Amino acid sequence: MPRVTATPRPRDNSDSALDRFRGANPAKRHNARTIAALTGNPGCSRRAVLDAAGVDKPRLAQQIGFPMGFGQSRFALARGNGFEAMLKADNCALLLSVLRDVLALETDSVAYADLGEDDDATLGARHGRTRELLAAAAGAALVDHPLLTLEVAGRQVFLEPDLIAFQVEGRLHVVEIKSFAIVDGQADSAKVSAAAVQAAVYVLALRRLLTSLGHDPALVSHDVVLVCPRDFSLTPQAVVIDVRKQLATLKRQLTRLASVSDLAASLPDGISFDVALPPAQLIASLHEVEARYAPECLSACELAVFCRHEASGSTAALGRPVRDALGGVNTIQEALELATEARTPTEEQAEAAALLQAAARLRAGIL
Amino acid sequence: MSTLTALARAQAFAAARAQPLATVRHLHLHERPMVLIPYAMAGEANAPLAAMLGTDRKNPDLLVVAQPRNRDDRFAFAASLAEAIVPYVDSFTALTEAVAVDRGRDVRYRFTDAPQLWVPNSGGVEFLRLFGRSTRFRSTEGEYAVPAAVPLLGRWLTFFANTAEVPGSSLLLNVVQAMSLHWATGQSSAEDAQLAALMAWIAPPAGVSVFEAAAAAENPALLPPAGPATDPAFDNHVLAPLLSVAEPDIAELTAVLREQLLPTWNLMWQAIDLLRALPVGSRVAGRWDGDRDAYSAFYQHLAEGGAPQPRRDGAVAAAARLSRLENAAARYAVQRAFDDPLVMAEYRLAGAAFEGAVTLAKADRIDDSGKRPVLRPRIMVVTAEPVRMEPGATLTSPARPSQKATIISVTPVLPGDEAKTEVLLELSGGMGRKLVAEPGSVPEVGERLLFTTLSEAYRPGGAFPEPDQTPWTHGGPPVSDSAADDEAGVNGSAELEPAALSGA
Repeated sequence: MPRVTATPRPRDNSDSALDRFRGANPAKRHNARTIAALTGNPGCSRRAVLDAAGVDKPRLAQQIGFPMGFGQSRFALARGNGFEAMLKADNCALLLSVLRDVLALETDSVAYADLGEDDDATLGARHGRTRELLAAAAGAALVDHPLLTLEVAGRQVFLEPDLIAFQVEGRLHVVEIKSFAIVDGQADSAKVSAAAVQAAVYVLALRRLLTSLGHDPALVSHDVVLVCPRDFSLTPQAVVIDVRKQLATLKRQLTRLASVSDLAASLPDGISFDVALPPAQLIASLHEVEARYAPECLSACELAVFCRHEASGSTAALGRPVRDALGGVNTIQEALELATEARTPTEEQAEAAALLQAAARLRAGIL
Repeated sequence: MSTLTALARAQAFAAARAQPLATVRHLHLHERPMVLIPYAMAGEANAPLAAMLGTDRKNPDLLVVAQPRNRDDRFAFAASLAEAIVPYVDSFTALTEAVAVDRGRDVRYRFTDAPQLWVPNSGGVEFLRLFGRSTRFRSTEGEYAVPAAVPLLGRWLTFFANTAEVPGSSLLLNVVQAMSLHWATGQSSAEDAQLAALMAWIAPPAGVSVFEAAAAAENPALLPPAGPATDPAFDNHVLAPLLSVAEPDIAELTAVLREQLLPTWNLMWQAIDLLRALPVGSRVAGRWDGDRDAYSAFYQHLAEGGAPQPRRDGAVAAAARLSRLENAAARYAVQRAFDDPLVMAEYRLAGAAFEGAVTLAKADRIDDSGKRPVLRPRIMVVTAEPVRMEPGATLTSPARPSQKATIISVTPVLPGDEAKTEVLLELSGGMGRKLVAEPGSVPEVGERLLFTTLSEAYRPGGAFPEPDQTPWTHGGPPVSDSAADDEAGVNGSAELEPAALSGA
C-alpha cells in the first residue's frame, strides 16, 4: 500500500446548537448499531436530532416516565466477552486459525496491532493511530480496537469495529465477532442481518477513510468475515458475508438523512433535552421535534415507548402493513369513519374507502 | 395484511377489546394436551435453564438445570425432560384403526389418537427444534454416554418441530400463533408476539382496562416473559447471584423460576380454554387424521430403530418436503375458507368469491351435444359483490363441495341503483348418476349461495427422482461421504407421509 505524506485532520464540525440540546451532560457516542438503527427509520427527525446531539436517551426516557427495558443479561455479556477474549488470546492465535481458511492469510507474516483500550479520552489519538496504520500497512495484519469515523447526518461520529484484517494482496476485510451460534451452517437470520448491516457501516467508514488518504476505496472488500461459535460449542467458525446490498442501502439512507444541523437550526429556541430538566419541559421539547413511530422502533430505540404513547390512535402504531391496508389514512378513527360512511372520502381515498366499506359490510353481516 | 384483518384491528382499538377473526376454531384441541414452557440461558447456544410442563394445569412439573453452563447438568435435565415427555408421547398407541388405501385394495393402520404439545410462542418451537438437534445424535455409549431416553427425546422433539412447519398441523402448537389466528388486537403484531400483551387484549383481568392490562403485560416485573428468553433484570439480580456459587441451591433456584414461569403457565391454559369455547371447524378433524398418520408413521419409524433425522435434508428430500408443505398450505387456506364465512369474506373482498341469490334454475337441462347425453343444469345467480372471474372458470360452493359450476357468462345488470352482476353457471357432478338430478342437489330459485374459485380438489404431489438420480442442477447424486445422511433424509422426512403401520 502506498504511503501518503499529508494526513488531513478529521473534520471538526461540532454544532453548538446540537451540543446545547444536551445541557452539561457528556455526549453519548454512536456505534455501528445506532447507525444501523438510524438508517432503519431515516424519516424520524426526533431520533436524528437526539442521536446527533449525543443525548442519553435511556436516561431521558426514564426522566419523562417512559423507561424501557433495554437491559442486557450479564450472562449474555459474559459469554460474548469470553468468546471474544478466547479468540484474541495469544495475539489472536485462535482467530487467525479460522481466518486463514476463509481469507487465505499467510501464517507467518501476520502482524497484530492493538490500538488500545476503549476510553473516551483517547478517541482522537486512537483515530490518528488507525489512520497512520492504515496509511502505512503492508502485508497481512490484524488491527484490534481501531477507531474509524463516519459522517452521519452532517456530523462526524466515531466507530469501533471489532477488528480489521489485512489480507496479503492488500485487501482489507472487516471481521465481526458475534456470540450467537451457527448450527449446521445456519444461524438466526435476524441476528445475521443485523451483523451484516453493522459490518457494512464499518466497511463504508473504512472506505471513506481510505479515500481521504488518497487510496482506492475498493481496497476494502465488501466481503466481511463473521466469526461465531459453531453448533453448541465455543469452537469458532468463520463465514464470509457479502454486504454489497447492505452497503447500497446504507449509502442511500445516509444521503437521505436530512442534515441534522439544518434541522436543529429550524427548531424553536429554548428546546433542551438536558436530563436534569423537569419532565414536563422535556416532553414539551420532544413534541417540537417530529417523530415517525413504527412498531419496529420498540426493538431499536430507547425512546420508543414515549413515541408509541404519543402515536396512540394512529394507524402507524398498528404497523406499516395495517396502515397500508387501511388506505394509508392517519388515524384509526378516520379509517373507521370511512368504513362506516360517516366521513366523505377525499378523491384519493375513494378507492380505499370503498374497500373499507365493503370489508365493514362483510364483517357486520357475518358477526 | 388484508383490509378485513386491518379493519378488525382498527375496530379492536376503538372497542378496546380484541375482535374475532374466525367464527370457528381452526385447530384440533386435544382433550389432554401437554403444555410446555422452555426457558433458556441467555447468551448460550440453546442451553436450557428450566421447563415447566404437564397435562394437569393445577399441578405443573418444573424441571431446573442446576448449573446451565455445566454439560452434565444439561444432559441430566434432558434425561428428566425425556422422562416427562416421552411417556406422554407414547401414551396414544393403545388403539389403531384401519384406513383403506389404494382405492380400497389395501388397508393400513393408524393410531386413534396422537399427542399434542403447546408452547407459548414461535421461540418455544425454535427452542425445541434446537434442543432436538443437540440431543438426537447423542450416543448412549462411550465416553460421553447419555441415557437412552435423551436421543429418543431429541428425535421426538425434531419430529414435533418439523410438523409445526406444516400449515394446519396440530401436533405442536404455539399459543401466540393460535390466538392471533382467531382474534385481532388493537396493537401491532410486534406487540402481539408477547403472550401476556396479546392475552391482555383478548381476556384482560376483571376490572382492568385493556390498555392498563397491556401496559402491565410489558412490565417483566409484573408479568415475566413467556420465554425462552429470560428477563435480563431477573438474570442480573436474581439468577446471577444464585448461580455464582459452585453448587447452586436447587430449592431456591426452583422457587424463583417457578415464580417466573407460573404466570405464563396460567395464561396458556386460559388461552386453551378460550379456544375450546369456540365451535370446531368441520374440516379440522380431517387434518387431525393427517396428524395421526404422521404420528403413527414416526412411531413406527422409531420402533423399527430408524435413524435420527439428518442435520440437513438432501436435495431430493428437501424438494419433496417443500412440495408437501406447499400442498398443505394451499389445502389449509382453502379448508379454512370453506369452514369459516369470516375467512371466506377475505376472498369475497378480493373478488375470488361472491355470494348471491339464484334467480333462475333449469334443473333438468340435458347437454346432448356429445356422444352420450349428460345432465348439465344451469342457474342464474345475481350478486351485488364484485365478480372478477372470466367465463370458463370453474367454481365451487361450500354448500355443495362435490359439485362444479362453470361460468357461462358474466353480465352487469345496468338498471337499478346498485351495481349488480348476473352470473350464468352450468353445474356438473354431485347430482346422482341418472339424467334427473337427485332432489335438493340443484339449487332452487331464491336460495342464497356462495361460489368461489377456491377448490378442495385433490392435488397430486410432485414426482421426484431417487436420491442417486439427483440432477446436476441440484448438486448431483450425493457423494458417498454424506450418502448416509441423505438416505436418512428420505427416511427422516417420512414422518410427514402416511406410511403402512403393521397392526399393533
